[in-house]
Amino acid sequence: MAGPPLLELDRLSTHYIAAQGARVVRAVDGVSLRVEAGETLGIVGESGSGKSTLALTLLRVLPPAARIVGGRMLLDGEDLVQKTEPEMQDIRGKKIAMILQDPMASLNPLFTIGNQVAEPIRVHEHETRRTAWQRARALLNAVRIPSPEARVKQYPHEMSGGMRQRIVGAIGISCEPRLLIADEPTTSLDLTIQAQYLNLLRELQRQHGLALIFITHNLGIVAKMCDQLAVMYAGRVVESGPVSRIFNAPVHPYTKALLNAIPRMDDPDRRLNAIEGQPPNLAALPPGCSFAPRCALAMPRCREAAPPEFTPEPGRTAHCWLAEPAAAAGRLIVSGAV
Amino acid sequence: MTVIEAAGLTKHFSARRGVFVGKPGTVRAVDGVSFAIGNGTTLGIVGESGCGKTTTAKLVLGLEEPTSGSICFEGRDLRQLDAAGRRRYRKSVQAVFQDPYASLNPRMRISAIIAEPLITNEKVTAGQARHRVDELLELVGLPAHAADLFPHEFSGGQRQRIAIARALALSPKLVVLDEPVSALDVSIRAQILNLLRDLQAQLGLSYLFIAHDLAAVAHMSHTIAVMYLGKIVEMGEARALARAPKHPYTEALFSAALPSHPDERREEVLLPGEVPSPIEPPSGCRFHPRCPRAFTRCAGEVPALRNLEGRLVACHLYDAAETDPAPLPLMAAQIMRT
Repeated sequence: MAGPPLLELDRLSTHYIAAQGARVVRAVDGVSLRVEAGETLGIVGESGSGKSTLALTLLRVLPPAARIVGGRMLLDGEDLVQKTEPEMQDIRGKKIAMILQDPMASLNPLFTIGNQVAEPIRVHEHETRRTAWQRARALLNAVRIPSPEARVKQYPHEMSGGMRQRIVGAIGISCEPRLLIADEPTTSLDLTIQAQYLNLLRELQRQHGLALIFITHNLGIVAKMCDQLAVMYAGRVVESGPVSRIFNAPVHPYTKALLNAIPRMDDPDRRLNAIEGQPPNLAALPPGCSFAPRCALAMPRCREAAPPEFTPEPGRTAHCWLAEPAAAAGRLIVSGAV
Repeated sequence: MTVIEAAGLTKHFSARRGVFVGKPGTVRAVDGVSFAIGNGTTLGIVGESGCGKTTTAKLVLGLEEPTSGSICFEGRDLRQLDAAGRRRYRKSVQAVFQDPYASLNPRMRISAIIAEPLITNEKVTAGQARHRVDELLELVGLPAHAADLFPHEFSGGQRQRIAIARALALSPKLVVLDEPVSALDVSIRAQILNLLRDLQAQLGLSYLFIAHDLAAVAHMSHTIAVMYLGKIVEMGEARALARAPKHPYTEALFSAALPSHPDERREEVLLPGEVPSPIEPPSGCRFHPRCPRAFTRCAGEVPALRNLEGRLVACHLYDAAETDPAPLPLMAAQIMRT
C-alpha cells in the first residue's frame, strides 16, 4: 500500500449530547479506519452500533444534538473535520456521495427524475441545463434504466423500487465522486433485484475507480462485495482487516459469534449460535470492554479495562485482550472453544 | 398426518387502474395453489414481493375468504364447518408477524397481551390465566416479572418472544410465521430461530414459515414452496430444493441469495427486468418474459405442476421428450461467474 489512503479516519468520535451534557451517547467512539482508492470497505454492526452515525459523520450531516468531539478524517490528506460548511458543500456529492436505504425518502416526489439527476451536475460543475440533462440521460442509461429519454420526464412514483434505487445510484455517481457511501442500499429490494443492483454497483466501481463504503448488517453483502471489513459494536470498531481473513479466522469473540449466528445454505441443520443478551445501552456503557457482558470468553480483566487496538497480523486490528501478543499463544485454544 | 391441506386455493382482488376512473382489473394474488402441512413439520414459502405469499398466509389464517379452492383442517373442509367448528379452527391456527413494534398494544401489560386469546376464547379464571401466562413466559425464555411490564420496556427480540407466547396461549396446531425475524438484528435472529425450532420439537407444532431470507427458510423448513406471481413454481424437500433447484426461477432466486462466505464462488443467474404486475400477468408461464431458458411454448401454454423425482415443478423444460433443445445455449450467455 504505497502512498496515503483515500480516506483515513483517526480516532474519530461523534457523541450525541442531551440534557446539557448530562447524558452522552458515545455513538462513534475512537474509530480508526482506512479506505484505499478503488477499494470496498464493509462496515457491519447491529442497530445501535454507531455505523449509520459514522456515515453521517463522514458527510458532516449530523443531527443538531450530535458533535464530532475528537479525531480527524483525512480525505486525500485534507481533514474534513476542520472544513467550513461552504467547503463541505463542495465536497458532498462531488467527492463523497451517499446512497441511503430508502429510495423513496431520498428522491423528491415533486421533481422529475431528470431534474434530480441533473441537479448535482448543475450545482457542482456549473453546467448548463441542456448539458446537465444530456448527462442525466447518459447516467440513466449507465444504471440500465430502459428508455431514459422518457424516464427523465417522469416522477419517482412512476418507478418501481429497484428503478428508484438505481436512480439514486445515478445521482450518487453523477459528479464522479472518489468515494461512495452506501447505507443499507438493498434492504428494501427483492432478492433478484438486489443481485442486479449489487452487480451494477460493482460495475460502476470498476469503471470509475470508485472507493465504496458499504454500511450493512448483512454479512452476506460483505462476503459478496467487500475487500475490507470493519465490525462495529457499541460505537467502536472491534475488528478490522481483509474480508476473507476475517471470515476464515476471526479474532474478536463478537465477530466469531456473529459469523456463527447466520443460517447457512450449505449446512441448514447446524444449530445457530445465538449471542445471549442484548446490545448495550450506549448512554450507560459497562466499564471495560463493552462486549464483555455477552462474551463467552470474558476474563475478569475485560470488565475492568477496555482493550486497546492490537495487531493480530499485518493489516488487521482487533480490540480484544485475547489478541494481545502475550495472549496470542492461547488463541489456538480459544478458536477451538467457540 | 396432515394438519392443513389447501387445494386449488385462489384469491382475486378487484382493482381499479388509475386514481378516479379506469377500467376495473383483477389482481390474481393467489392462483390455484395447493399444499399440505404435516404434523410437526414446517412449510416454507419463498418468493419476491407480489408473489402471493402473504395472501396465502391470510387465507390460511381465515383473514381472507378464498375466491375459489378449499382449505381442509384435519381432514374437514373449512366451508363445511359450523360456527363452533370455525371457532375451534381459529384457536388452532395462530400467527406471529414481522414487526413486534406494531403487533403488541403499547397500552397493555404483557400479562394482558398474552392472556387475551385465553380470555376471549376459553372460560378461565383470573388465576388460571395468570398461571398460563407464567408458563408461557418460561416457555419462550422470558423472566416471570416480565408479565407486569409494558411492551416499550422490551427490545425487539424480547417483543418477538412475547408475540410467540401470545400465539401459543391457546396451544395451536399450526403457527403462521410471516417474516418473524426480518425486523431483528443478526445476533437476536439466531435466538428466535432457535427458540422456534425448540418449540416445534417440544410441542409438535406445525409452521407455515414465510421469509425472504432463503438461508433462514432452508434452515427452518422441511418443505419449501417457491411462488412467482401467485403460483407455486416448485415445491419439494427443503434441502434438495435448495441444493439443486429445477425451475429456472428457483435457480435464479437461490443464486441471487448472498453467499455466507467470501471464498464461496458460484454460478450466478442474473434475471433481466422486474416482476410484472399481477393485474395482467404474462400469458403462458408467468415467468417466461424473464426466463433465460424460455422457448416458444412457454408464452402460449401454462405449465402444470408435475411430479419430477419426488418434487413438484411447473416448467415446460421438463415435459419429457417434448422439450425444444435449441434455446438452451442462450442460457450460457446469461450466466456469469462472479
